[in-house]
Amino acid sequence: MSQHLETGPETLGGDPTDYVQLLTPEGVRVEHPDYSLDPSPELLRCFYRDMTLTRRIDVEATALQRHGELGIWAQLLGQEAAQIGAARALAPQDFVFPTYREHGVAWVRGVDPLKLLGLFRGSDQGSWDPAEHNFGLYTIVIGAQTLHATGYAMGMQRDGVVGTGDPQRDTAVVAHFGDGASSQGDVNEAFVFAASYQAPVVFFCQNNQWAISEPIERQSRIPLYHRAEGFGFPGVRVDGNDVLATYAVMKQALQRAREGGGPTLIEAYTYRMGAHTTTDDPTRYRLDDDVQRWKLKDPIARVEVLLRRNGYADDEFFARVQQEADGLGAHLREGCRALPDPSPLAGFDRVYAEQTEELAAQRDEYAGYLASFEGAN
Amino acid sequence: MATTTKMTLAKALNAGLRRAMEDDPKVLLMGEDIGRLGGVFRITDGLQKDFGEDRVIDTPLAESGILGTAVGLALAGYRPVVEIQFDGFVYPAYDQIVSQVAKMHYRSGGRAAMPVVVRIPFGGGIGAVEHHSESPEAQFAHTPGLKVVACSNPVDAYWMIQQAIASPDPVIFLEPKRLYHSAKADIDPEATPPPLWSSQVVRRGSDLTLLCYGPMVSTCLRAAEAAAGEGRSIEVVDLRTLSPLDLGPVTDSVRRTGRAVVAHEAHVNLGMGAEVAARITQECFYSLEAPVLRVGGFDTPYPPARMEEHFLPDLDRVLEAVDRVMEY
Ligand SMILES: Cc1ncc(C[n+]2csc(CCOP(=O)(O)OP(=O)(O)O)c2C)c(N)n1
Repeated sequence: MSQHLETGPETLGGDPTDYVQLLTPEGVRVEHPDYSLDPSPELLRCFYRDMTLTRRIDVEATALQRHGELGIWAQLLGQEAAQIGAARALAPQDFVFPTYREHGVAWVRGVDPLKLLGLFRGSDQGSWDPAEHNFGLYTIVIGAQTLHATGYAMGMQRDGVVGTGDPQRDTAVVAHFGDGASSQGDVNEAFVFAASYQAPVVFFCQNNQWAISEPIERQSRIPLYHRAEGFGFPGVRVDGNDVLATYAVMKQALQRAREGGGPTLIEAYTYRMGAHTTTDDPTRYRLDDDVQRWKLKDPIARVEVLLRRNGYADDEFFARVQQEADGLGAHLREGCRALPDPSPLAGFDRVYAEQTEELAAQRDEYAGYLASFEGAN
Repeated sequence: MATTTKMTLAKALNAGLRRAMEDDPKVLLMGEDIGRLGGVFRITDGLQKDFGEDRVIDTPLAESGILGTAVGLALAGYRPVVEIQFDGFVYPAYDQIVSQVAKMHYRSGGRAAMPVVVRIPFGGGIGAVEHHSESPEAQFAHTPGLKVVACSNPVDAYWMIQQAIASPDPVIFLEPKRLYHSAKADIDPEATPPPLWSSQVVRRGSDLTLLCYGPMVSTCLRAAEAAAGEGRSIEVVDLRTLSPLDLGPVTDSVRRTGRAVVAHEAHVNLGMGAEVAARITQECFYSLEAPVLRVGGFDTPYPPARMEEHFLPDLDRVLEAVDRVMEY
C-alpha cells in the first residue's frame, strides 16, 4: 500500500517556523543572526505601496475576468510580500525569469500591468520586451524557465559580468517557480547545471502550499529548501509573507551569485489565498480553516502596523496610496477593454525570423479568403 | 437492469472509466489533480472516492515521471490510464511515450506488452491561454508502436475509452475538450459498440466525402447540413481511429462520390490530412474527380485566444474547400 496523505499542508514540510523572519504577522520587528536589515522608512513605504498596488492589480484583473474581459487570471493574493521582497532586492542589471503568476515582480520591473492582462485576455502571448525590463515572458509550461534562467546565467559568466567586484556590472539571474514545479525534471536539471557551473542564478520558489489541488506533501516529503544541499548549493527558507525577510534573504543570495559564489535556492513559505486561477474551485479540495489561519499572516497588514506604530507614515500617505490604487484600477479597467485584438494576418509574419515563401503564401491565401467576405457584404 | 442514460461527453468518459475499473482491478488512473478535484475537466470526478487512492493516483507535477512510472506499472501487470492535463503539457512526457511506451513491445521481442492509455484533452475553441489548445495527433500517429484514436461524441467516448483500456497496445486517446460539456446523448450500456479500430459514416451523401475526427466532426456535420440547403449531398466520415487508419469506409465512400475533403484543427503541413489524402489518391485514383483538399489550422503556433476563430477551421472554411473541390 502506498503511503497516503492524511495530513494537511505544513505537517510534513518540517517545522514551518524554521524560517527567516524579520517582521511578525503582528508587525513586530525581530532579529535574525544571519540576516540583519535596517530598512529606511522610505523603503518600508515603498514595500507597502508596491504590495498594495500589486494586490489592486490582482483584484481588478479578477473582476475583469468575472466580467468576461479576460479568459482567465492567475491570482497572486497572499503572495505579495514574496514577490515584492524578491523584486526590490534586484539590481537593475539582474534578469528575471517568471512563471505566470509574478505580477508583483512585473510591477517592480516596470512592466505596465495592462500588458499582463493582454496575455490573459488572449490578445497576445506577452507584449512586453524582456530586454527592456530584464523580465522574461511569462512561462506556462511548468518549470521550463528554470533552465532558461540557468542558461542565461551561464551567458553572464561568459560575458564576464560575474565576480568583477563592480556592483554596476555584476549580474545575477532569478528563476521563479512554484512548489509543484519542484517535481519537474526541468527544475531538477536546472539545479544540476547551475551547481555544476556555479552559475549566478537564484532559484526562488514560492511554496504557496498548493499545486492546483495537490498539497505540497504530494511533491516533497522534506522541506523544499533542504533539496538544495543534495545538489550542492545552499538552501534557505524564508517567511514569504514577510517582505523584509524576503528582501534580506534575496539580497544576500543575489549578492552571492553576482560575486561568483554560485546558486542559492530560496523557499518563500507562503500561501495561495485565492483559487489556482479564476477557473478553479478550491472548495473541492481544501478547508477554509487553513485559509482563515493564513489570513492572520497577511503580508500587507503587518507592514502597515509597523509604519503606523513607528510614525513612518501618516494617514495622508495611506490615503495617497489608496488614491493611486484607484487610479491604477481605472487604468486597467479602461485599458483592458481597449486592448486591440490581434490581427489575423500578423501572426503569419512572426513565426520565423526569416519568413518562408510557403508561409507567406498561406498568409496571402488567407488574406484573399477574408477579402472574399468583405466583397460579399 | 441497466438503462439508457443521457450524458455529456465528459460524463460518458467518467462512466466508461468507472466501468473499465469495475471490470478489471488492474486498471489504474494516474495524473495531476485527478483525485479529489476530479481533474480540471472533472472527467475523473468521484472515482478516487469510490476506488481509493491506490487506483486513482494524484501524481507529482511531472509528466515524464507519470509516463515513466506508467511504463513500470505496466511491466508489473497493471493497466495505467494516464490523464495529461492539457495537450500542450504532453511534451515533457514525449520521450517516455515515443522512446519507451511505443517501443517496449518491439524491443522485448514481443514479450512485454504496454497496455497504457494516454488521455489527452485536445483542440481549441475554449478561449484558453497558450499551450492549452493544441492538436498533437500527427506527432503520435507518426510513431510506430502507438495507436491513436479520437472520440467525437458521448456514445463513442463511453465505448472507445473502455476499448482503449482493454487494448494490449498503448493508445493515445484524444478527447475534444470543447465538446466535453456540450450536447448530451443517450448511452445504452447494453449496446454493442463498433470496433475501436473502425471509422464510421455519420452522414450519408453522394456528392463529396468529408473526412474528420474529434472536435471537427460536429463542425463538418453542420457544414453538410448547410450544403444540403444548397442542394449538395455530402457524406461525412468520422475517422475515429487515426493510427491505424480504417480506410475501408473512406475508400468505399470516395469511390461513390469521387471527391474528398479532410478537415482537422491541427496544422495542415504533415498533418493527418496529408496521410489520408495520399492514401485516397493511391486507392481511388481512377474514381477521383478532383484533388483531395485539406482544411486545417495554419502552419503557425496556436494563436492567442482572440484570434483562434481565424485559426480554427469553421463551417465557412470547410464549405469553401467543398466549393473548390466541387468546382474543380
Ligand atoms: C508541464 C505542465 N504541466 C501541467 C500544467 C498545468 N498546471 C498549470 S499550473 C499547475 C500547478 C502549478 O503549481 P506550482 O508549481 O506550485 O505553482 P502555483 O500555480 O501554485 O503558483 C499545473 C499542474 C502546466 N502548466 N505545465
